[in-house]
Amino acid sequence: MITAKQLTKRYPRTVAVDEISFEVAKGQIVGFLGPNGAGKTTTMRMLTCFLPPSAGTASVAGFDVLEHPFEVKKRIGYLPEAPPIYPEMETAEYLKFVGKLKGLSGADLKKRVDYVCDRCAVGEVKNKLLGKLSKGYRQRVGLAQAIIHNPDVLILDEPTAALDPKQINETRDLIKSLAGDHTIILSTHILPEVEQTCEQVIIINKGKLVATDSVRNLQARARGAESVLVEIAGRSGSLEVPIVQHKLEQVSGVSRVLCKQQVDSRALFEVESQKGRLVRGDLARAVVESGWDLNELRPAAMSLEEIFLQLTGNESGETENAATKESQR
Amino acid sequence: MRNAWIICWKELGSYFVSPVAYLLLTMFGLIFGFFFWNALGIFVIEGMEMQMRGQMFPMNLNEQIIRPLLQNVSVIGLFFIPMITMRLFAEEKRTGTIELLATSPIGDLEIIVGKWLAAVVLYSGLLLFTALNFVFLFKYGNPDWKPLAVGYLGLVLQAGALLAIGTFISTLTKNQIIAGAATFGVCLLLWVLEWVGGYESATWARVLSYMSVITHFESFGRGVLDSKDAIFYLTVIFLGLFFTARSMESLRWRS
Repeated sequence: MITAKQLTKRYPRTVAVDEISFEVAKGQIVGFLGPNGAGKTTTMRMLTCFLPPSAGTASVAGFDVLEHPFEVKKRIGYLPEAPPIYPEMETAEYLKFVGKLKGLSGADLKKRVDYVCDRCAVGEVKNKLLGKLSKGYRQRVGLAQAIIHNPDVLILDEPTAALDPKQINETRDLIKSLAGDHTIILSTHILPEVEQTCEQVIIINKGKLVATDSVRNLQARARGAESVLVEIAGRSGSLEVPIVQHKLEQVSGVSRVLCKQQVDSRALFEVESQKGRLVRGDLARAVVESGWDLNELRPAAMSLEEIFLQLTGNESGETENAATKESQR
Repeated sequence: MRNAWIICWKELGSYFVSPVAYLLLTMFGLIFGFFFWNALGIFVIEGMEMQMRGQMFPMNLNEQIIRPLLQNVSVIGLFFIPMITMRLFAEEKRTGTIELLATSPIGDLEIIVGKWLAAVVLYSGLLLFTALNFVFLFKYGNPDWKPLAVGYLGLVLQAGALLAIGTFISTLTKNQIIAGAATFGVCLLLWVLEWVGGYESATWARVLSYMSVITHFESFGRGVLDSKDAIFYLTVIFLGLFFTARSMESLRWRS
């Protein structure tokens, strides 16, 4: 549905977006992830034909953004970071105006206005001035104007920024409910949002594409194999780490054991297993049978946050490596 | 052109929902009313004096009231035009609604013409307000309506030209005050340019004074439809809107 090829935006002093390529299939929700200033908004503006790319191409529903901007604009619903509302207009009046801009008219227009009011739950503020609405309502009106012409593609720039937690949840649910009919790209720098709403992630940093994959694959890729964290305590007040390590390595399916931390007679191990093998039961049995106490056993799923930090900034990744090396010594 | 009408209606809505339109109408009406009252007062006194002296020079409403008043309106207009145009694009740029317009399937030219048209309609509304005063002249006197109509046509054309310049200036900034002040400065300059012609007759001075928007109104004020002056205004309108379109395009490449 959306294709970007070596999409680039250069400014006199900086390169805001640097040769980004990605593809989004029909009906997907894609999270566009990156720290502030990564180039998310610029990329979205190029996809919506607001900004022309300096180099590279992008196409929406098969239409190039430079050659057929009208066709692209007809098929895109766009919610910029600040909802583009006129404070002196009433909600219904505004939605009607946007509908007309997008080419709707007559009975069709009226039907769509009623439909989006219902869908985005702004029916009860239909006759209120937009300037008097709360942030949550403004955001919903913003979403309503984006879907008024039933576009194939929805581009949402930080749709949950500056909302309170309840509004964030409502907005997310709304976006998820829209997914069936529209292909959605939403940008954010809030990671749980991507984990909760998106199937696919595109991570960019400093204008460059860092990763593009499904959320699940990304987690798996960063983790390599499945791993569990095991905390073990010796009963007699002492614990021989090398012996424990050796014992754990002998459990079938285990590929690697790392001692992450040791305090007195307690030690934390990270046990990696081969893909698809469940080793937790065997591990617990082995520990108990050897006469040690099993304090804790939990899967070490890497959150998207860690993956993100690992991919976008090396600092945190390096310190983690250094810590593991030190504990190994 | 349907889209230009949509934009035009929306702009007119903004003018009339906010106090802007009413404030301008009131001020314009008050100022013009004062001018009219004075002009009429002088006319009546002159008429009485002539009768007392026994001289019977023909007195003419068109020459002695309508013409000078229309000249005055064309100058008062200079002060109101920045207030009409300053928000056109500057506000959309500040609030970000320009993104909505620019990502909708309508052309830049339609947006520009729509906004300019709304400004022209509002200004025509102001002029209509002044026309109320002239109704009394027709009721109690017998002026010729044709020069008056030509005069109004001239006023609309002149305003159209200045409004086009104001629309252009409004695309250059996000700040309405800056847009308004710059437009006001340009309007004022275009008015006083004709002074150069008073003491200098070199070519550059003639060109400068030719560029003054006020000099081109004189023929309209007299009730003469001079194609040369009409074309001047139309050219300025065209150039103003053309530069607005270029400015919008460069906005995309720069921002």
